[in-house]
Amino acid sequence: MILGVIVNPVAGVGGPAGLKGTDGEEILNRALQAGVSPKAGERAVRALSQLANEANLEIVTGPGPLGADAAALAGLDDAHVQVLPLEPTGSGRDTISLAKQMAEQGVDLILFVGGDGTARDVAAGIEDTSTPILGVPAGVKMYSGCFGLSPESAGQMSLHPPHRTRVVEILDVDEEQVRTGRVDPKLFALAEVPDDSAKLQRRKVATVASDRDAVEAVARGLVEQMQPGVTYLVGPGGTTATVLDRLGLRGTPLGVDAVRDGAIVARDVSQDQALDLVRTAPGPAKAIIGVIGGQGFVLGRGNQQLSADVVNALADSDPQGGFPLLVGATQSKLLDLLGKPLLVDTGDPLTDRKLAGPIRVQIGPGNIAMYTLASAERM
Amino acid sequence: MSDPKLPVAPKPAVRRFHQARWDEPIIFELDTPGERGVLPPATEVGVTAAVGDAVSDLPSSLRRTAPLNLPRVAQPRVLRHYLRLSQENLGADLNVDVGQGTCTMKYAPKVNDQLVANPNLRDIHPLQGEESVQGALEIIWLAEQALREVSGMDRVSMASTGGSSAIWTNIAMIRKYHESRGEGEQRDEVITTIFSHPSNAAAAAVAGYKVITIYPDADGYPDLDALKAAVSERTAAIMVTNPEDTGIYNPDIAEWVDVAHSVGALASYDQANANGILGITRARDAGFDVCHFNFHKTFGTPHGSGGPGGGATGAAKHMVPFLPGPIVDRVGDEFVVSPGGKESIGYVSPFYGVVPVIAKAYAWIAALGGAGLRAVAETAVLNNNYLMKKILEIPGATAPYAEGRRRIEQVRYSWEDLYKDTGISSEEIGVRASDFGVHYWTSHHPYVVPQPFTLEPTESYSRAELDEYAAILAHVADEARNSPEIIKTAPHNQTVHQTGYSDLDDPERWAITWRMYQKKYPEAQEG
Repeated sequence: MILGVIVNPVAGVGGPAGLKGTDGEEILNRALQAGVSPKAGERAVRALSQLANEANLEIVTGPGPLGADAAALAGLDDAHVQVLPLEPTGSGRDTISLAKQMAEQGVDLILFVGGDGTARDVAAGIEDTSTPILGVPAGVKMYSGCFGLSPESAGQMSLHPPHRTRVVEILDVDEEQVRTGRVDPKLFALAEVPDDSAKLQRRKVATVASDRDAVEAVARGLVEQMQPGVTYLVGPGGTTATVLDRLGLRGTPLGVDAVRDGAIVARDVSQDQALDLVRTAPGPAKAIIGVIGGQGFVLGRGNQQLSADVVNALADSDPQGGFPLLVGATQSKLLDLLGKPLLVDTGDPLTDRKLAGPIRVQIGPGNIAMYTLASAERM
Repeated sequence: MSDPKLPVAPKPAVRRFHQARWDEPIIFELDTPGERGVLPPATEVGVTAAVGDAVSDLPSSLRRTAPLNLPRVAQPRVLRHYLRLSQENLGADLNVDVGQGTCTMKYAPKVNDQLVANPNLRDIHPLQGEESVQGALEIIWLAEQALREVSGMDRVSMASTGGSSAIWTNIAMIRKYHESRGEGEQRDEVITTIFSHPSNAAAAAVAGYKVITIYPDADGYPDLDALKAAVSERTAAIMVTNPEDTGIYNPDIAEWVDVAHSVGALASYDQANANGILGITRARDAGFDVCHFNFHKTFGTPHGSGGPGGGATGAAKHMVPFLPGPIVDRVGDEFVVSPGGKESIGYVSPFYGVVPVIAKAYAWIAALGGAGLRAVAETAVLNNNYLMKKILEIPGATAPYAEGRRRIEQVRYSWEDLYKDTGISSEEIGVRASDFGVHYWTSHHPYVVPQPFTLEPTESYSRAELDEYAAILAHVADEARNSPEIIKTAPHNQTVHQTGYSDLDDPERWAITWRMYQKKYPEAQEG
């Protein structure tokens, strides 16, 4: 087992200082001036302590505070720790560079210590190598589905090469917006994580089936709903990516693709292109969308291409007047909302209100949740 | 008289308990060549000469070529074996069994076991002629009359072998009803609620329906607006439990039935939670077309696994032709059996259903009478609301959905607040509770209520016993705050210590049969 370890030494610094995150040098300096001491190192040691005394483990990590220090403090044997050469810049570029080197070395898993910003950088570094990653929760924002429940459980999950993985969404919010009171998570990447949901965060729901199987079931349910001659705008996200997988298509996981009769008719379309597609489609058109992030947004977060105009065009395209959206979500994603409604924010309150009400959410083949969709302006 | 000079240990706040552990092998491992339970004498020569060897008359296809591979064990060793296993078990008659909410673990009177052990009932065979089992048929008929009264339905079939079997019977009848009207293909959806028993969604799915699940409204009640949005000409039925597993009674239940009927759908009532409504409200009065009962939950017969189960399906007049067989009718002074109505779904079990269970349920109902049944419900509801008050006094325990309202016969509570404070989960609390000799159950999966636990005191427990159960949970919640390590390393007083949960999540690691276990885990056999 070869384990990559990356510590973002300044992760989480902005939280205690009330700065909603630590992205950007200026914020980091303000936090340090406020007397906040970095906690990431300590959480890294807690995670790595779980690995001490493990015989068949090789560690690949960054120099000093980027990993080597924590490995030494956790009592890991020097002989099994390889420190990668790196000239630290003190920014996210360090994480990207380390992740890239580790992916090239073919590590079994990258264990990183940080938050959503660090997760984005790790995902950027590994590119399309499908290297599994796992986060030790140490950031301020942790909307992504890649974090262990605690440093200890993340450490334990790193003991063995993952024998099953699943795809999660790497989300991040614009901290400037959060600081002004607005939470708007964007989807930045899809990444593979060990499929041990009992120890992963967001697992508020105990289900016998794994999350990966649950997402598969949602995708099968959505595919079952698809009809010949209908043009489908397939939104971004892990669930919709699985829909395309099932259809044997390769789309744009972070963008909107158009599918008709089992084939892709347009890739990664903009709002205007989507509008054009719907208006010129030979038959009705609908959008297939998942629920992005933990707040229950169906439209308006991460899929702004599906604007109010596009949604209205979808509605107009169906002579039967059917609901313009095919929405899919795992049951645990709905239950995580703890009774709060799904949300829509197309930017046009009138469109939002038209969509609002109890809607059908596909949670599996032949398995539908009747769940309330509400306009975000009312929340 | 105690000696005043000797120190006296303070009485512990909660009962001290320790489960027995015998490390008993399985019976096949006890096989010892030469041992026997009973060694019958060899057949006398004269007998063999007169009747033959009793085997060669059998057709060769029915004869074993090798003897059965049964363990050879002496009778006293067999007795010790099963007594030891029984001591490693936290049985329903042993503990204050209020911790398995929705299971309705009430007392099953032992006198009824004696009753059905009567040779006149025990020794009859289902293939006997009707004229020779008139007494058994009369019991079935009388039980039906009692359940008709309890449900308000026109006929009741007791052919199902358990609660879920009866729910299956309900949906099978509904399917046949729509088929008989030429709407079988058109109506392909069944609607249920997230806090109804999962058996409804499961039975509908097995019957080929798409399942639509309604979530609670903002006040925690089943969402009537969502139901109205969900029904259409494609709806075959609503299948709902009421009170739901939260213990909340749907105040709009009659309107739910009306909404279903307004689109030509039928309404099926899951009465697994009927213990709190006996003699108070009836399925027929809310307009339901079919309903079901679990004998073991509501009518005092032992649970499945503690004895065979049994279920009943009640039908309003227009659904009677679809009931499964057999139907027992009284003609004059005689009881006659017919295979069911002209559009019957057929048989859902062999012969007459589980007759000993039907007899026990009837004995339980007859002993209580109408007023007694209502007293059962009133006592169960009183016990539940008493226990709820005690539980909600424990810091960290809440009863989500329709908060502040009284519940019927059970409550699905939450330890979410305690979990946020301490990191101790509901499962861990349940494991620790077993150290004090009581069962504890969380919820059906998936967990809708976070960190759930479900308690149902029924009418069977005294106030002192409910106090004891609440005191155990209060004690464990206190440990979660002050000595969480005790909980994290629990159970300490149980037969088995610390099981791994992660295996439960991974079908590749499941070993659900002995053979599969031997194959997947050969190393476990060597130790």
